[in-house]
Amino acid sequence: MTDTLSSKTAPAVRRPLTSRPGVRVAGGLLLPLLILVAWQLSSTLGLVTIAQLPPPASVWIAAVDLFERGQLTLYVAISTQRVLIGFAIGAALGLATGALVGLSRAADIFFAPTLGAIRAVPSLAWVPLLIIWLKIGEESKITLIAIGAFFPVYTTVAQALRHVDKQLVEAGRAFGLRGVPLFGAVQLPAVIPSVISGLRLALAQAWLFLVAAELIAASMGLGFLLSDSGNNGRVDRILLAIILLALLGKLTDAILGVFEKWAIAKWA
Amino acid sequence: MSASTASRTTARPSAAGGSAARAARADGPSGTDAAYAVEFAGLGRTFGRAPGRRQGRAASAAPTTASVDVVRPVLRDVSLTVRPGEVLAILGTSGCGKSTLLRIAGGLDSPSAGSVQIDGSPVTDFDTRCAVGFQEPRLLPWRTVAANVALGLPRGTARDTGRARVAELLDLVGLTAFADHRPAAISGGMAQRASLARALARNPGVLLLDEPFGALDALTRLKMQDLLLDVHAAAPTTVLLVTHDVDEALQLADRIILLGQEPATATGAGTTPGTTPGATIVQELTVPGNRPRDRGSAELAELRGRLLAGLGIDRHGDARGVATSASIPHFPY
Ligand SMILES: Nc1ncnc2c1ncn2[C@@H]1O[C@H](COP(=O)(O)OP(=O)(O)O)[C@@H](O)[C@H]1O
Ligand SMILES: [Mg+2]
Repeated sequence: MTDTLSSKTAPAVRRPLTSRPGVRVAGGLLLPLLILVAWQLSSTLGLVTIAQLPPPASVWIAAVDLFERGQLTLYVAISTQRVLIGFAIGAALGLATGALVGLSRAADIFFAPTLGAIRAVPSLAWVPLLIIWLKIGEESKITLIAIGAFFPVYTTVAQALRHVDKQLVEAGRAFGLRGVPLFGAVQLPAVIPSVISGLRLALAQAWLFLVAAELIAASMGLGFLLSDSGNNGRVDRILLAIILLALLGKLTDAILGVFEKWAIAKWA
Repeated sequence: MSASTASRTTARPSAAGGSAARAARADGPSGTDAAYAVEFAGLGRTFGRAPGRRQGRAASAAPTTASVDVVRPVLRDVSLTVRPGEVLAILGTSGCGKSTLLRIAGGLDSPSAGSVQIDGSPVTDFDTRCAVGFQEPRLLPWRTVAANVALGLPRGTARDTGRARVAELLDLVGLTAFADHRPAAISGGMAQRASLARALARNPGVLLLDEPFGALDALTRLKMQDLLLDVHAAAPTTVLLVTHDVDEALQLADRIILLGQEPATATGAGTTPGTTPGATIVQELTVPGNRPRDRGSAELAELRGRLLAGLGIDRHGDARGVATSASIPHFPY
C-alpha cells in the first residue's frame, strides 16, 4: 500500500536495489551457480575422483535414467505425500494440544512436563518401536513424521497463547466475549503469526523425520534412494536425492512463507 | 485550609432504587434502556493475597507470586451510592486505587471486603450492564477502528443496526475518516477516542471511564468533555469517571469523591506502622449548578481549592503520591 502510494505521488523516490524481487531472486541463485561451477571444475580438473564426486552431468543423467524407469516421479511423489500427511496430522495435533496447554493452566500442569520429556527423545529412537508396532508400512513412517511435526507447532502455540496481551483479553471479556467467541476474536488472531512460524519449523522437521524414516525402513522414496544408493556406491544418485530434498524442502517452505506474509499483513 | 470539614457534605439515602429514576429511552439500538444505581458498601480491596476467585485466576497468569505473603490494602471502607444517571468523578493521586475501584464496579475484579451492587443486584463477573473505557485504549491491533468499535456492541446486535451505530459513534468522536485504519496507524488520542466510542456502543447502564481524556491534547480534551455531556444528556447512563484533573471533574461531574489516605490519627488499630491502611473517600462534594458550567465561577474556584488541598495532603502524607504532583495543576490555572 505504501509502495503504490509513493510510486504515485513521488516518482522520484526509488526503492533500493535490494528490495526488488528480480534482484532478490537473481541474488539468491548466485551462490548455487557458483557451487555448481566449483563442482564441475573440481571434476574436470581431476581434484577428486569420479567415484567420490561425479560431475553435475552424471547426476543429471542419473536423474533422467531414474525418471525413464518411472522411479524418480514415484519416489518424489511418495516422499512428498508422506511429508504432507505426517505434517498435517502432527500439526493438527500440535495445534490442538498447544491450544489446550496454552489456554488452560490445569492442562499445562498435567501435560507440559510429559510432552517436554517425549520431545527430548531423539527421532531415531522411535524407529525400532514404530517398526515393531506398525510394521514397515506407511503408518510407521507417517507416525514418525507426525511426531516430528507435532513439537514445533505444540511449543509455539502454547507459548504464544500464554503470552497473549492480558489487557486485550480482559477488554474482550469486558465487552461480553467469552469461551469460543473470545478465543476467535482475541487469542487466535493474536497468535496467528507465531502459529505460522511454528508451522514452518514443523514442515522442516517433517522433511528431516521423513529421511530418518525412509533411510531405515522403506522400499521407495527419497530416503530409500539415499540408503539404497549408499549400499551400491551410487554417489550420483545420492547427490540427486540430496538436491531433490533441498528443492522440495525449499519449495514447500516458500509456499508457507507466502502464507505467513499474508497472515502477518492481516493479523499483526 | 481545612479539607476535613468538607468530608461527607452530602448524605444520600442508600436505598436509592434503580427503577425509580429510570428515564425513557430516546432511540438507538439494543442495550440497556436505563441508567442504574451503583452502591458500594464497605468495600475494601487488598492485593498480595488471594481473597477472591478472580485474584486466584489472575495470579496463575501474572507474575504476582513473589508477593504472596505481602498483604497490601489498596482500598478500604468505600461506601457510596451513585444515583441512576449521576455523573460521579473519582479523584485521587496515582496509585491510590481509582482504577481498582472502577474495575470492581465493572466486575473485572472482586472486592476483598464489602460489596458492590448495580441496580440493586450484585455485580457479576464482567457485568454486561457496564461498559468500560480503559485507561489504555486496548484496541485489537488486527482490527480496523470501526471493527474495534463494533466490539462494544451488545452481543447479538443485527448487522445493519450495528453498522449504523458504529458509523454514528465514529462520527460522534470524529473518527469517520479513520474508520478503516488499523490502531497502529492512528495517534494515541485517536485511539483513546475509538476506545470511548467502543464503550458507548452498547448504551451501558453504567459507564465506567478510566482517565478517558488523559492522552488527548487540550483542545480535543475539551471537545470530548462536551461530547460526553451530550451523550449523557441524550441517553440515560450513570457515569463513573476517574480523573486526576480537578478541573475536568468540576466541569463534568454532579458529585466528586476524593480517594486518599485518611490522616494517620484516624486510622484504626491493627495496621503495622509504615504500611498504609488503604485509600478511602476523604472528601465528597456535590458540584453546584447545571452543566455546562462556567469554568471561572467563584463557587467552583472555592471547590477547586478544597480538592487541590485534599490532593495536596495526600501528596505530603504519602510518598507514592509524589510522582503525580506534577500532573496536578496548581491553582489558579
Ligand atoms: N493486580 C494487581 N496486583 C497487585 N497490585 C495491584 C494490582 N492492581 C493494582 N494494584 C496496586 O493497587 C494500587 C492502586 O492501583 P490503581 O487502582 O491502578 O491506581 P490508580 O488508578 O489510582 O492510579 C497500586 O499501588 C497498584 O500497584
Ligand atoms: Mg489508574
